Amino acid sequence: MSDIAFDISSRVGKPWKKPPFVKRAWLRWTLILGFIAYLIAAYMTIEVNWSRVYEGLERGKQFILAFTAPDFTSRSGDIYEGMVESIVMTVAASVVGIAISIPIALGAARNVAPLPVYLICRGIIAVSRALQEIIVAILLVAIFGFGPLAGFLTLSFATIGFLSKLLAEDIESMDKVQAEAIKASGARWTQWINYGVQPQVMPRLIGLSIYRIDINFRESAILGLVGAGGIGATLNTAFDRYEYDTAAAILLIIIVIVMALEYVSGIVRARVQ
Amino acid sequence: MLRLEKLVKTYKTGDQALKAVEIDVPEGQVLALIGPSGAGKSTLIRCINRLVEPTSGKVYLGDTELTGLSSGALRRERRRMGMIFQEYALVERLSVMENVLSGRLGYVGFWRSFLRRYPQADVDEAFRLLDRVGLAHMADKRADELSGGQRQRVGICRALIQNPALLLVDEPTASLDPKTSRQIMRLICELCKERGLAAIINIHDVALAQMFVQRVIGLRFGAVVYDGPPDGLSPDKLTEIYGEEDWEATIEAVEDEDDAEVAAQ
Amino acid sequence: MPVQERGGQKVWQRRSGRESLWHWVMWLIGVAIFAYCWQQISEATTWFFVYDAPRIANDIWTRATPPRWEYITQLGKPIWDTLNIATLGTIIALILAVPVAFLAARNTTPSALIIRPIALLIIVSTRSINSLIWALLLIAIIGPGVFAGVIAIAIRSIGFCAKLLYEAIEEIDETQVEAITATGASRWQVMAYGIVPQILPAFAGIAVFRWDINIRESTVLGLVGAGGIGLQLSSSLNVLAWPQVSLILLVILAAVVISEWVSAKVRGAII
Repeated sequence: MSDIAFDISSRVGKPWKKPPFVKRAWLRWTLILGFIAYLIAAYMTIEVNWSRVYEGLERGKQFILAFTAPDFTSRSGDIYEGMVESIVMTVAASVVGIAISIPIALGAARNVAPLPVYLICRGIIAVSRALQEIIVAILLVAIFGFGPLAGFLTLSFATIGFLSKLLAEDIESMDKVQAEAIKASGARWTQWINYGVQPQVMPRLIGLSIYRIDINFRESAILGLVGAGGIGATLNTAFDRYEYDTAAAILLIIIVIVMALEYVSGIVRARVQ
Repeated sequence: MLRLEKLVKTYKTGDQALKAVEIDVPEGQVLALIGPSGAGKSTLIRCINRLVEPTSGKVYLGDTELTGLSSGALRRERRRMGMIFQEYALVERLSVMENVLSGRLGYVGFWRSFLRRYPQADVDEAFRLLDRVGLAHMADKRADELSGGQRQRVGICRALIQNPALLLVDEPTASLDPKTSRQIMRLICELCKERGLAAIINIHDVALAQMFVQRVIGLRFGAVVYDGPPDGLSPDKLTEIYGEEDWEATIEAVEDEDDAEVAAQ
Repeated sequence: MPVQERGGQKVWQRRSGRESLWHWVMWLIGVAIFAYCWQQISEATTWFFVYDAPRIANDIWTRATPPRWEYITQLGKPIWDTLNIATLGTIIALILAVPVAFLAARNTTPSALIIRPIALLIIVSTRSINSLIWALLLIAIIGPGVFAGVIAIAIRSIGFCAKLLYEAIEEIDETQVEAITATGASRWQVMAYGIVPQILPAFAGIAVFRWDINIRESTVLGLVGAGGIGLQLSSSLNVLAWPQVSLILLVILAAVVISEWVSAKVRGAII
């Protein structure tokens, strides 16, 4: 039954070791030693003021305790205004961002758009994805002044990069036969998009949009740190004044809203698919 | 050697998979368990080593009663029952050798097994077994690089290195082509004879069962409806087990195949 | 597809009368909500500044170009700090995420009634709060510096990694686990032989993916005082040193591109 002659007597009695993941010994040891050296170097260069950390433990405890008794009332006005502003920014930016993403996604799909359009749209996506929300927010605050407009523009801009990229990938991987069947019926380009492409990518568009609303809300909570509106400013003030119970209240609200959004998005995504 | 007394399994859904099954397997006997899918063959085998917890009844392995054992004692008894699976159930991302050695997990401590520092005797035995099934040269290949027949042979080695007294075999040939199926069945039966092991083999292929085993048990809706030698399986009996069908052709075909095999050898 | 009789002729419509009404009402509500939101934003905006925006943007652009290239000599240490925040934060997060994931996965949790909800709560709460907020909080507790950044990144990543990991654990092939159990292996051995090999590729993928994200996030942690290159960005912004700002933004952009490239390479090698 032996497939290949194998001298078993020479093998018995010798120890067996699991073959290593990286076959070349020098490479394996270089990787292991390099990683250890990096960890040591990184650890050495981090300056930790342990006495300060030790003092902080007490405040950390207070903060955790604050979660058991969050204070929603004493700054309820600020919290309410900040929350409404965050939600308003999220909704407006999501609507505008999604509306702009759709044409850009079509432009960034090679099977739909001609090459020059494709390159321009891909460029827009690349820029939007490379710049983080908070940096965009800083620049937009410098240009447009403090307030929710800068936050709204930031989130819209970030939505475009996220949604267009994923949607374009979906359009590029769609079923060609269905789309060709519509084309064969003599449809114009807009009709072709409407009947051949849209039905195929619609479930994904809805799923991604809801996911992005979720992300936009989370991001809107930090834009206030740089003056771009929303709950972040209130939160920052609470931390600065060591009002942990108010901070805990705000964080709890954020967590609950995010959980609710995730729950809704789960239901909607299950529905459309 | 193995005795099942009034073994009952009722699933949470209310389905009664086993209805008071009584089987007595003597030392060294290879028996085939046949029956339509859903008859409870797989549940029966899993109730013996308690991968599925039986609802009531007793399982005696030698003198030990298994259904009442604590988890530690159950693990010690599981070492005496090697199991071979339908879809091989090898850990696909581990090497062939690691898969075989995993049969020794009940004997070695956690850290030893985690660091792959198995006793030399286990390693030697693993190589001997792999050589016996013709796969010793594949020892350091990853399990997912093997063909179906090769994987099942590794699965057999994993069961045998436990040094069991009993083999529980769940549809060993269901995912294999006819020729490999025969090779695997022959290998299992040969190894059982060599080592004097008892075995319970679930199998849906009646012809294949008749070819290799000394005793056949027919299961229908969780109850034993046939227990006897393979040549006692008349068309009437098969109808009782499987329902109405033209059995003459099946039995005939088996004999033809057998003749062909004899002629070829 | 409803078909109506109208004047003896069959007329096909996409939606029935009630459906179409419902559809329009939904659109109307949507538009109204958007209009309200826009009005809120518009009220809170000083439009005078907005009309002035093109001039200001142009002004900033002329100030910011060309970048102050020689400033790069002072960025060595901040870049190193940023790398450390991301890498150490990811390592700590992974160490903590593994037990949380095992406690949260339906098939490995020791108690679905008590422990699983706690693990899920840890995942949700660490995930929903941005690392900048964690940094803000940690600075208030343990003081500003790289250490606060490392911990902030670590906490933020626990939920993310644990969520992906527990989904991977729930998708494993149970028969392989069954086979290892049948050999008489202990609970820990079943884990080491039956489960870990199956989730190892997913684990590696998650680690690299999160490291890539963490590089991006750690570049801005300095804005709130948690160390790294963001600290330089913040101080340059405060003194309106636009040529330095533009250089730092270029460096951040390069770091993001490089980390994305590295993570794509490593993931390609694993899978």
